[in-house]
Amino acid sequence: MSISAAEEFAGESVVSAAARREIQVLIDRYPRKRSALIPALWIIQNEHGWLRPEAMEELAEMLEVEPVEVQETASFYTLLFKKPVGRYVIDVCTSVSCMLLGGLDVSRAVQNKLGIKPGETTQDNLFTLREVECIAACMGAPCAQINYEYHENLTPESICKTIDLIAEKANVMRKA
Amino acid sequence: MPEAKVVTRYFDVPNVQDIDVYVRQGGYGAARKALEEMDPASVAGVVKDSGLRGRGGAYFPTGVKWGLMAKGSPLPNYLICNADESEPCTFSDRWKMTGCPHQLIEGMIITAFAIKANTGFIYMRGEFQDCRRIVEKAIAQAYEKGYLGKNILGSDFDLDLYVHMGAGAYICGEESALIESLEGKRGFPRIKPPYFPPAIGLYGAPTTVNNCETLMNIAPIIDQGADWFKTMGTEKAPGTRVFGVSGHVNRPRCLELEMGTPLREIIEEHCEGVRGNKKLKAAVPGGISSGFLSAELIDTKMDPETLGATGNMMGTGAITVMDETTCMVRVVLRCAEFAREESCGQCTPCRDGTDWLMQILHRIEHGQGSLNDIPTMLDVCNNISDGLRFRTVCGMGVTDVFPIVHGLKYWRDEFEDHIVNGRCPFF
Repeated sequence: MSISAAEEFAGESVVSAAARREIQVLIDRYPRKRSALIPALWIIQNEHGWLRPEAMEELAEMLEVEPVEVQETASFYTLLFKKPVGRYVIDVCTSVSCMLLGGLDVSRAVQNKLGIKPGETTQDNLFTLREVECIAACMGAPCAQINYEYHENLTPESICKTIDLIAEKANVMRKA
Repeated sequence: MPEAKVVTRYFDVPNVQDIDVYVRQGGYGAARKALEEMDPASVAGVVKDSGLRGRGGAYFPTGVKWGLMAKGSPLPNYLICNADESEPCTFSDRWKMTGCPHQLIEGMIITAFAIKANTGFIYMRGEFQDCRRIVEKAIAQAYEKGYLGKNILGSDFDLDLYVHMGAGAYICGEESALIESLEGKRGFPRIKPPYFPPAIGLYGAPTTVNNCETLMNIAPIIDQGADWFKTMGTEKAPGTRVFGVSGHVNRPRCLELEMGTPLREIIEEHCEGVRGNKKLKAAVPGGISSGFLSAELIDTKMDPETLGATGNMMGTGAITVMDETTCMVRVVLRCAEFAREESCGQCTPCRDGTDWLMQILHRIEHGQGSLNDIPTMLDVCNNISDGLRFRTVCGMGVTDVFPIVHGLKYWRDEFEDHIVNGRCPFF
């Protein structure tokens, strides 16, 4: 996980000034500050890729709650990452409609291609694979989300091709 | 029967996500009518007369629910749209919201007016980032054109509307868990009573939580009246349902049909039959929590009363079709894995029971089961929910066991086959 520029230069603060401004807008929107907790965690996660404990502590201060209250809430939700994840999170749906049409084969193809099991991240920190419950795209089953973008009517071949394209793009960007 | 056009009335119009296109179709006309010609009580009256029932799965009369809002509360009222669509095999809310977001916003304006709320939230599941962008853009347009904000359409009615994203928890579709989540907490369903958020809801204030499809019915009902609405559907469940059909059909799709349309018509006509000329084995009528229908029940009418009589629930209107090659033990196991994964962990019967069920089903599917496992499983199910009383804080305990109980009701021989022969006959 690369350290974002904001983090590097913000001095003591882990949450960037821009993110703090966004979070403040949310805090003002709700009748009670704590309602901004989950949306604020999204903002922090989008900035850092995951929820660093120090960032959650800073958020607790902004919301005037105890740090443990932020952690308690964060721990409940599967889309909030309490540990670092890859730059691309591949969520393969293996719920009933997808399973009927080969969702497990899609997951296995990703596992074989990347050499990781569900819940794991590749060594280059590019991909994390997860098997997830229904993502509400059963019309295009089997389906997956990669960083919340839908990929539908998948086959083991098509998901591997998508992964190749992403890896290629990431390599070009890394070299540049 | 041809497809109905209530929720989907503008879905054929290109670019109807844009407010100008929507308005040209007559969009926001119902909001104008409500705000200019009606008062909150008469709006609620029309919706009550229409017989509209909540499309989230409980089918509680919408107008009655609005009427439960506590009177004389010192706190402001709130309206919440439940767009946390997470029930397995259910996908039509996302399709509806991206298809015509302004119809949802218009429904929320009218509903907020009727229940005297000045703040509304659309609680959307965290995975719907694409849908969020579309709905937020529509909200911004509605503010710009004066359909949201202060003094809407020159009236003295104000409404602020926000999208609030969840972050991955099935249980937040349960309305009291949704409210907890919106308050920034874990999505633990609240202990009942009070039974309804209208008494004590968001921040303890009177709150109406309506499903996305319910709210998308409101503008058409205000436009065309309760009597028109009642010409569709069944006597007890007027109107339509947007069905989302997936699984082993030739044409998986979302489509709106009158309530009470037979399952056979949906599968054979609208979805062009079972794939590969295979025989139908089973169908889920409304998300996996609604149990199974066996192939013999294909003529069942899709409405809450008929499906209640078969021991199912109408649920979310999400139909999953399974052909003869499907291993029902595998499907039931998947349902049990889901229940285990998504149990919020608050109540012991649901939290621990679903883990036991998953383990037992796992060993049966992999040829390691014993015949004692079947009564054991039914015993565990009975401890989670006996189908009559609540043994858990919320209804998830009740629906945890539906797929297992129905699986054993219709395909017990298949479970026994796995056990006796020590292998799955389908793989």
